[in-house]
This record gives sequence, C-alpha cells and structure tokens, in this order.
Amino acid sequence: MTTFAHPYLPLTPQQRQEMLQAIGVASAEELFADIPPAYRNPPLHLPPPLAEMDLRRELEALANENITPTSYACFLGAGAYRRYIPSIVRALTSRGEFLTSYTPYQPEVAQGTLQATYEFQSMVCLLTGMEVANAGMYDGATALAEAALMACRVTGRTHIALLDTLNPRYREVVETYTRPQALTVATVPVSAPQVDERTACLIAQWPNFFGYLEDLERLAQVAHARGALLVVSADPLACALFKPPGHYGADIVTGECQGLGVPLSFGGPYVGLFTCRERYLRQMPGRVVGKTVDAQGRIGYVLTLQTREQHIRRERATSNICTSQALIATAVAIYLAALGKQGLRTVAELVWHKAHYAARLVSAIPGYRLPLQGVFFQEFVVQCPIAPAEINRRLLQRRIIGGLDISPLIPNGMLVCVTEMNTRQEIESFAHALAEVAQQAPARHGG
Amino acid sequence: MTTTPATPRDALLAHARRLLMERSVPGRIGASIPPLDVPPQEAPPTHLMRDDLPLPEVSEAEVVRYFSTLSQMNFSVDTNFYPLGSCTMKYNPKINEEAAALPGFSALHPLQPEETVQGALKLLWRLQTYLAEITGMAGCSLAPLAGAHGELAGVLMMRAYHHARGDTHRTVMLIPDSAHGTNPASAAMAGFRVVSIPSDKDGNTDLSALREACGPDLAGLMITLPSTLGLFDRHIVEVCDIVHRAGGLVYGDGANMNALLGRVKIGQLGFDVCHLNLHKTFSTPHGGGGPGAGPVCVAQRLLPFLPTPVVQRRDVDGREVYTFTRPSQSIGRLGAFQGNFGVLVRAYTYIRALGAPGLRQVSEDAVLSANYILARLRPLFHLPYERHCMHEVVFSARRQKASGIKALDIAKRLLDFGIHPPTMYFPLIVDEALMIEPTETEGKETLDYFIEVMHRIAREAEENPEVLRSAPHTTPVGRLDEARAARQPDLRWKPTP
Repeated sequence: MTTFAHPYLPLTPQQRQEMLQAIGVASAEELFADIPPAYRNPPLHLPPPLAEMDLRRELEALANENITPTSYACFLGAGAYRRYIPSIVRALTSRGEFLTSYTPYQPEVAQGTLQATYEFQSMVCLLTGMEVANAGMYDGATALAEAALMACRVTGRTHIALLDTLNPRYREVVETYTRPQALTVATVPVSAPQVDERTACLIAQWPNFFGYLEDLERLAQVAHARGALLVVSADPLACALFKPPGHYGADIVTGECQGLGVPLSFGGPYVGLFTCRERYLRQMPGRVVGKTVDAQGRIGYVLTLQTREQHIRRERATSNICTSQALIATAVAIYLAALGKQGLRTVAELVWHKAHYAARLVSAIPGYRLPLQGVFFQEFVVQCPIAPAEINRRLLQRRIIGGLDISPLIPNGMLVCVTEMNTRQEIESFAHALAEVAQQAPARHGG
Repeated sequence: MTTTPATPRDALLAHARRLLMERSVPGRIGASIPPLDVPPQEAPPTHLMRDDLPLPEVSEAEVVRYFSTLSQMNFSVDTNFYPLGSCTMKYNPKINEEAAALPGFSALHPLQPEETVQGALKLLWRLQTYLAEITGMAGCSLAPLAGAHGELAGVLMMRAYHHARGDTHRTVMLIPDSAHGTNPASAAMAGFRVVSIPSDKDGNTDLSALREACGPDLAGLMITLPSTLGLFDRHIVEVCDIVHRAGGLVYGDGANMNALLGRVKIGQLGFDVCHLNLHKTFSTPHGGGGPGAGPVCVAQRLLPFLPTPVVQRRDVDGREVYTFTRPSQSIGRLGAFQGNFGVLVRAYTYIRALGAPGLRQVSEDAVLSANYILARLRPLFHLPYERHCMHEVVFSARRQKASGIKALDIAKRLLDFGIHPPTMYFPLIVDEALMIEPTETEGKETLDYFIEVMHRIAREAEENPEVLRSAPHTTPVGRLDEARAARQPDLRWKPTP
C-alpha cells in the first residue's frame, strides 16, 4: 500500500488500515476497481514534491523574475488600475471564515458572506445610481456580455449596437458570448450611433476606452427613441466624481470593480458589477442576496430569486454563471466602507488632478499632442511623434512602463493612465523621458 | 426603535448586524488619503459633476469590527468540517495565500510588456503543462474564470470544431440526468439543444438510451466523471466510443477530479475536452462563492480552438522566452485579461507541494474516507446504489422520511453540532439525497465524530423528531423565510422615507 506523509494529509498508515477493515476491502486499490485496468494508475510526470521552505524559495524566484509597477513607474490602465488598497482590506478578506467558506447555501451559517454581499449590492447601487444589483460577475467584460444577452431577452430583439469607443477586449468578449445565439453585433460610430427597431441595446463605455466621458444623456435619448435599452459599462470610481449613468436613464449598468480595493494580480481575480432597473430584475443573471426574517422575526439574509438560475432552470436559466466572485465583492465592500462618502470622492479628485497635470505636461512636449476633444477622467490618448512601441522600449530602460500602444486604433496613439499612485515626481519624469526618447536617434536593432 | 429584542443575545445580534449606512456618522472616514502633490488643475464642468455621494461614513476600527463580526457568522473549512458533496471543501494551505500575495505577482499589471513578466508567464506555462499531464490531454488554456465559464469554453470549442468541418447541423448536446445544472445551462448558452440521458440501475450511463440518442445531429456528450452519484461509470470507454462513432465529441465536467488524480487520465479514456475546478481539486479557497478558475484541457483535434490566450514557450538564442499566443481558430476571448492569475498561482503552489506521489495519495485518501463513511452509515441510511463510491457518497433519507423527517431537517440539525451539512436534494434522481464528500484533508477523528453525530440524528429522527424539525438551535438566525425573500425582494439598503 502506498503511503506518503504530508502535512495536508492527516490519515496515518495505521488509520488507513482500520478504515479499509471497516469497509471490508484488503487494499485501497480495490476501491478503484471500476476504472478499466488498462487505464488504471498511469505514470504521472510532474516535478517532485517540495517542502514549504523550498516551495517558497521557488515562488519568490519566479515572482522576482517580474518587473512590478512598484519598482517601476507605470502608466498602464485600459481596464485595470493601480490603486492604493488600505491594509484592512487584505486583513479582513484573509480571515479564514470569509476565505474558506463556500457559496451560502446554508444561510444560517453563512450570514457573514450574505450580509457582506448585501452591502456590496447596496453600495454598487448607490454608486451607479441604479435600482438593483447582483452579487457580482466574473469581471467587467463578462458582465457587459451578459448585459447584452439580457437586453435581447428583455426586448425580444436580436441586434446589439456597440459604440466604437468601447474597449476592444470587451467587444471581443461580447462577440464570444453572443455568436452562438444568432445575435447580430454591430459597431456603430459614437458620432452617429445607428439604432433601429431591431436594436435590443446600445452599449457605451463611460468613460470610454480612450478615457473620455460619453454624452450619456444623448445616448439614452437615441436608444430610448427606438425602444432599445441603454447599457453602460461604467468605471465605478468615476461615479464618485461625475453624475453616474443611473442619473441619465441607463437601463443596465455594468462595470469592473478591480479599482476598488482589489490587487492588479496580472488580470484576475476581479469582480464585475451588474445593475439594472427593478422591472428587469427577473431577467438579471447571477446570484442575488435578499433580506428576510426567521421564525422569530430576526433579520437574516439568503440567496434569493434562484428560480432564474442554472441549478433550478437548467437549460432555461438566464445564464450559466454560478460563482459570484464573493470574496472579491467582499473586498470591494470593505474598501468602499473604509473610503466612504468623503474618501472615495477625494481619491477620484486626486486622480482627476494628477491625470490632467500629466496631460498638460505631455501635450506641451514638441511632437506630442492630445488628438481627442472632451472631458477625460484618469486616462487620455497621446499621439506620439514615433511608434509608441519604440517609445515604450526606451522608457523601459528608464524604469518606466509607458502607456498602452493603441496604434491600430489611433495612429501612433498611446493610452496613458494616471492614478493617485503616480507621484508628482513620476509624472514629471515620464514627461521628461517622453521628450528625450523622441529626440533620440533610431535605436539599433529596434532598441 | 419599534421592537425591543427579547434577550440580551438578540439585542447583541441586532446591534452587531446594523448595516454600514445605519452606522454612518457624518464626518467620519475609515481611510487616510495623501494630499494632492501636483498643482491643482481646472475642476470638471459643473453640469457633469455629482452633488451627493451617498456612501457610509465610518471609522477604520468600526469597519474592522463590523466585518470581523460578520465573518464569525460563517462556517468555513478553517473552522468547521464541511462535507459538502461535489464542492470538494478541502483544507486550503496557507502558503498558497502568501504565494499569490507576493508583490512580484499581485502588483503586476495585466497589460505589461511580456519581457517584464517572464516569471509569471513561466508559472502559467508550467501550470498549463501540469494540468494537461494530469488529464492526459494535449493542451490547456487557463483563461476561463470559473468552472461554469470553463464549461462554456468547452462547449463553444465543440461548436467551433463542428462548424469548422461544415457540420453546422450538429446541434444536439446529450447530458446525463445526474449532471450539474450548469452543464445544460452552458450548452444552451452555446446554442445547443439539450437532450437528457438516463442512468441505469447501477448508476452508469444507460447505453441503449445513449445509442438511441446518437443521431446525425449529435454534437457531443457532457459527462461528469465520477458522476454526481459519486460513481465511476463502468461503461465510460464504451460511452466515449459510441459518441465518437456518431461523430460527436465527449466533454468531461472535471468538478470531481479529486477522485482521479494519478488514477486515470481522462484524455486516455477518450475525452476530447474537460474543465477543471481549480478551487476544488487544487485547494484554492472558495471565498464564500468565488473566485474560482476553470481551465480547459483538450485533445489534439481541439487545440486550434482553445480560448485566447495560451502561453507558449520558445527558445531564443538558448534562452527560454514565454509569450501569450492566440490559437489559430480560437473561440475568442472569455474575459478582459488572461484568467484568474491569483487563483492559478495558488493551484500551481499546491501541485508543487504534492507532486505526483502526493496527488495520488490525495485521491486515494479522498476515496478511502468517502467509502469509510459509506460503510459506517449504511446501516442507518438508504444507499441507492450498492457499490463502492469514489470521493463522495450519496445517501437517501427516504427511510427517515417515513417518520416525517426530511433531508433538510437532518442537514439543519448537523449545524447544531458544528458540521456543515452535505449537499441536499442533489442529484435530482435520488429521492431526499444527501451527498457527502469528506475529502482527504480530514483526520479519522473528524470522520468518526461526523459518523457519531449522524447516528445520533438518526436516533433523534425516531425518538424526538421535533428537535430536528426546529433545528438549527445554535446559529445566529434560525431557518429563514426564503419564500418571503423571493416574493418581496429586498436587495439593497434604502434610505428610510
């Protein structure tokens, strides 16, 4: 009989023997007898096990092979934002009672997760100015894709109109989700968004992919005039400074909450927010937590409206989404509670002033210009004198991770993001470096 | 205040559970924010600005106390035995958390130049390779963000494969009646028509029903192995063969992979695609319902269709260079970035801690523990299938139902003993189902305590059924009015008018 002593495996050889006796088999192999012998116990080629000390060393070595935005200045955004996370967020979400619990199927012993989720739903509604919210989606992109599907269910229409200022990655996710359902997805210009009687929804991003605020009032009018819904993928931090989409009549508002207390973590886990008007509640995908009472009248929370969900409706469910990113939603709730009314507004203001300061410095450099008009929040587009890829290579040598190269969308365009984490010195060094690298002779072998 | 709580405990609970907005005091703040260090710029246009931001105002200590108190109202693996079937609530090693939190991982921006994230890409490439090895598949994408997301990726690949061959008429997805509810929902999202396949009297796939359902419109079969009955399908090789001969593909729901690590590679059995729930089998914490990660592994013929991105390793001048690539006929992008990296780091850490001998021992102990519970509880509870089980055992409470006690009552009574209940009423094909999955990380002492409590509850069902029907008695709230929650939805805090 195999034995392998390991801290994760408490059974001892003696205990295994006793258990086998109670079962009435001679060896554990007998328990696997249903597996056809020809396929049983194949060789498994994996590196040998590591003790925790060696494991830590290996992971630290892998982590140290990366350049982090802590050691370099970083001006990347485009859907993921460097933002200060108060210590309490990790301290509280690391509590084993939150971390290692499961979906609250037994509400009597899951009131912690349930009430935290109710707080998340509440604060997401307050921020976006919307009526109801769910417990969270995988990320902002999947939330938007589900919103597009929901708009088609609500209106009984099959056309989806996406503004051309939407994050291209989000568009791709919408396409992945809608392709199999015979829905038509069309990209429409923000200057003249075509919406007709077949259009289920008009989808806008706010601020848009390039960082600028779309005119939601006009877009709501355009959509509603033809009976289509206005779906907005919103940045929740922008909602702290500007009138949020809910105030402009948006019907579904989604968004990415990573910027509210969640580490960048190379792209995930994040959490998407999903809100809508109350009248569409029963078409909303995902989990929802509701308030109720027990037999003695004590307030408690439960998962509710589950008749929309896959475990009851199976192939007729509103969506297949099951997990709700509960822990990440809890982190967001803790962040929003800590920052609160004043704090979140102040962070949004810091971001505004720093981003605009950076834009002012950069646009003053000969050869660089801001090609777009309008009001931006924390991101803006710079048109560079040479290819942004080349500029970024040279910036990297100066310990600066430059903005995102968006040349395919805007010639020589770089999408620059500034958050409250970028110091004045970083911003000024960035502007200085941009001026320098543009003057350099073309680098040998492309830099 | 309209009502006065009856007991000091109720008063305490009511106090502890006031919502953040009810705790709010104007002027308080729970985080410090640095002053502006750049010259102030022009303010945004007034007509665009928000005048009021209705968020709570609470101090830092209040936030800490509030959420700490809430956390104490949760059962969790760190605090309780959690034998919730099909969820694999195993112990979550603490080193996993530290690994994911290393600044060299947690601070990385997803769009950084690839040359600045070689360590992260190397880890992803290795994990892809390990998961393909464990499943016996040709390749893997780590992009799906949860198990159901992986299912969606899997069925989208099946669809793309048939379409690429011009077989657009293959629109039927077969799903056994013991499947997870997400399977049919995922198939429907991918545009398939779902046809249910019954199980036979031993809990295997009914082969004659399967043969009959395999028509020219067959796209494939989605099967969970071991099934949600906790059983290894004895006909599995033949099942794959029947589906393949009809031109279909076989999808494996990997939710129950904990039973099979190092015991069988499903790719060798004939599966074409599967997803893995890393939060289950590979010990990343479930977080109260997410985040998860649901990588998809595929056989050779589906490699071109994997969701984007996939990590590729190349040799450049004797150096290993890692890059993201997009498979040639990819089903596309499933999320904004490259998957739940933080979860993937934890799973990688777990696999490295155990290696092949450890993973093999994991499945052996998981199966041993489930069969031990099966053997010890069989005298008291009805066992619908008289066989050894895999990592979980499904009992029926129908013997207790005769005396008016339901699976639900047994579940609620377990809470009083500090044990999280098994999965109830699932799979749907077992009357009053109780699905128990102990996992390999419980000591025999814990299993024995559970068995002893179940014996006591079985006795109570006969002698004192009321104590079961009124359970739980020790939790912060009793059974909650779920009908009221659904009829009068109260889903968020609202200001009192």
